[in-house]
Amino acid sequence: MAHEATMSPLAHADDHHGEHHESPNVFGFWLYLMTDCVLFGSIFAAFAVLRNQYAGGPSGKELFDLTNVGIETAILLFSSITYGFASLNALAKNKKMVLLWLAVTFVLGLSFVGLELNEFSSMIAEGNGPDRSAFLSAFFTLVGTHGLHVTCGLIWMAVLMVQMMGPQDLSERMMNKLACLSLFWHFLDIVWICVFSFVYLAGVM
Amino acid sequence: MLGKLSLSAIPLDVPILVGTFLGVAVIGLAVLGAVTYYGKWGYLWRDWLTTVDHKRLAVMYIILAIVMLFRGFADAIMMRTQLALAYKGNPGYLPPHHYDQIFSAHGTIMIFFMAMAFMTGLMNLVVPLQIGARDVAFPFLNSLSFYMTLVGALLINISLFIGEFAQCGWLVYPPLSEMQFSPGVGVDYYIWAVQISGVGTLLTGVNFFTTIVKMRAPGMGWMQMPVFTWTAFCTTVLIMVSFPVLTVTLALLSLDRYLGMHFFTNDAGGNVMLYLSMIWTWGHPEVYILVIPAFGVFSEVTATFSQKPLFGYKTMVYATCSIMVLSFVVWVHHFFTMGAGANVNTFFGIMTMIIAVPTGVKIFNWLFTMYKGRVEFTAPMHWTLGFMITFSIGGMTGVMMAMPAADWILHNSLFLIAHFHNVIIGGVYFGYIAGMGFWFPKAFGFKLNEAWGKRAFWCWFVGFYLAFIPLYVLGLEGMTRRMNHYDNPDWYPWMLVAEVGAIVIACGIVCQLTQLYVSIRDRNLPENLDLTGDPWNGRTLEWSISSPPPAYNFAVIPDIHGLDTFHTEKQLGLKAHGKPLAPIHMPKNTSAGVFIGLFSFILGFASIWYIWWLAAIGLIGIVATMILRSADRDVDYYVPVSEIEHNEEVYSRRIAAAQAAE
Repeated sequence: MAHEATMSPLAHADDHHGEHHESPNVFGFWLYLMTDCVLFGSIFAAFAVLRNQYAGGPSGKELFDLTNVGIETAILLFSSITYGFASLNALAKNKKMVLLWLAVTFVLGLSFVGLELNEFSSMIAEGNGPDRSAFLSAFFTLVGTHGLHVTCGLIWMAVLMVQMMGPQDLSERMMNKLACLSLFWHFLDIVWICVFSFVYLAGVM
Repeated sequence: MLGKLSLSAIPLDVPILVGTFLGVAVIGLAVLGAVTYYGKWGYLWRDWLTTVDHKRLAVMYIILAIVMLFRGFADAIMMRTQLALAYKGNPGYLPPHHYDQIFSAHGTIMIFFMAMAFMTGLMNLVVPLQIGARDVAFPFLNSLSFYMTLVGALLINISLFIGEFAQCGWLVYPPLSEMQFSPGVGVDYYIWAVQISGVGTLLTGVNFFTTIVKMRAPGMGWMQMPVFTWTAFCTTVLIMVSFPVLTVTLALLSLDRYLGMHFFTNDAGGNVMLYLSMIWTWGHPEVYILVIPAFGVFSEVTATFSQKPLFGYKTMVYATCSIMVLSFVVWVHHFFTMGAGANVNTFFGIMTMIIAVPTGVKIFNWLFTMYKGRVEFTAPMHWTLGFMITFSIGGMTGVMMAMPAADWILHNSLFLIAHFHNVIIGGVYFGYIAGMGFWFPKAFGFKLNEAWGKRAFWCWFVGFYLAFIPLYVLGLEGMTRRMNHYDNPDWYPWMLVAEVGAIVIACGIVCQLTQLYVSIRDRNLPENLDLTGDPWNGRTLEWSISSPPPAYNFAVIPDIHGLDTFHTEKQLGLKAHGKPLAPIHMPKNTSAGVFIGLFSFILGFASIWYIWWLAAIGLIGIVATMILRSADRDVDYYVPVSEIEHNEEVYSRRIAAAQAAE
């Protein structure tokens, strides 16, 4: 391990001695994701404590529409596949196809967020907003935090697409950014599977 | 338009605050005026504010920590004075509303903005130098982390003059901190200050973990890493695992306050105990985040000034790692009285006692390092010896409170206050000051004055015992914490002794300031100058380069063959490696950190006062700056060989001058 240690504070494009330096960026981002995992874990823990505190309000069984959630899940999982296609094309240096697949991923991500907002707004309209009970506070916070992450991912994706069309092209630095966003996107998928199982499925069962 | 903010938020009716404000304003204007008069704005901006150099960020962190120490200590001595007065008929000079803000601010500032900033500063200064790296893994994030910390500190201090601060303790327990009982902006100041600085700390954790894993000099395996770097490594792990929990806990509290949710409210199914459990899941590791690097400092100081290798290097590493892991399974001891049940309390009580074992291992390692060594009683060594005694006492009272049965009596009493000041002052603070004295010459090229350093130590050491041993007694006599007034005649004399202790500590702080003044004044005296870069006959890599080091630290990255390679080669009289010089790839300075900090400040301040349009501007500013930064391709440069050669030549001439002087 120590022998591979990079000596450069900036790993990208540092091929000065003709050695290959693995970028610390992807490693650092992966670490950040682990802290994000702890963040979600904490919210899951709060949800687990409060999941039966209905305070006379509705339970998950009365609120959740599994068809809607099923569509959301399918869309998000499919968007991971399309991101995978974008990654493969980036490795093949096929910029047009990268942009195309990123655009598809973006649309899928956007529709996921749209469906989620739709679910939230109809619940709030029926008087079952996050201030109704501790259970609903935890539900909105957990699902909303995931949605907020997806939204950040979408903004990030849009920025990368614009930058890719500019001078950054598919440079080493851009490849690192794509790799980080890819980690982020797949990570959000995994978190969603937990949300789907522990919040929605367990709530309806 | 201005949300809750109006002129009535400025406490013109409190003379203490008006006086403080005038004092801060005069000092602030004097500093700004001096910078303008000497035409130093350009220098300040180019060389300091926009820097990504870990050594300069370290200096800024430590200056922030020292300023926050004054603020926190002012709070402390005000509390002690109140309690020395507020006996029987005398109400003291601080009304409860003000007193409650002071004890809340004291804890918050000392932990988040004094201790954390100091710790991060030491890590910044030392870790890259000890592992033979030219900077941290993410220099820009390092600058950003500093500005996040600074913004948090600014927000919390602005609460003095605009609005109010929280009145529910340094961990703002609900339901007291909920909207129902704290409708003012105090808790919001707390939340935003801690959240923003918490983001900075988290980034520091990720940054230094990556740095230590990826950027060690060739040949430096895990077991060749200096102990301070090991402790910094364990601290980054703790930061990464625990700070997200703090972020979530405070975010849930803000959702309760801002959006009327019910996580910790009394009604609608909220659960206050959830908050306690979550905040201490962060809070207990946090005290180890602070103290573990201090253990690292003591290890370096003891080994260097005993002129021996550290006794039991491996056990030191294993002990540090055990403490790191165990710190996550003891958090319930902060609320044994919550009623988790005998079995749960027993588990956490036993785990708490077990954590004393690796700490004991460390104490014995330091003692055996000194045994048969030629101990030089420098000021850092004084702080280290003071620590060993004080921390052992604090550790033992901690083990007393680890017994749930005893804790039921001692919980929330002054005994607890005495215990944690015993370990935080005796462990953390003594350690950081020892570290500051030890590495000061590395950062600035001259030593701190020894005589004033020792005077400061003796004042702190004696003052500590005078101020806190009475608190142990008072705790056993049943006095609870956070009291504003009392009638018990048995308590009164102890309170007076504690007040004397606080005054002696104040003398210690004055000595430290004098030490800085005298050292800067006499910096060019031959006995103070550090020409060789190795003033203490040091053991680790940071002493192998000039003081202060060039921006790129190492002209040639050293090869490591074992523990304390630098010291071994020095003993054997081995010369420098003679590797050819090559241009060095370095990061450029950036103002992005300053601007993200500025917009975070706007976001925080506007959210505290419900000025939503301004908060939106802050948020958009943060995102826009980040996007602009990510599009910036002009982020690095190469240091040419001629410049490196020039620096190396100057350094060898200084070494020659030092040898001639001997």
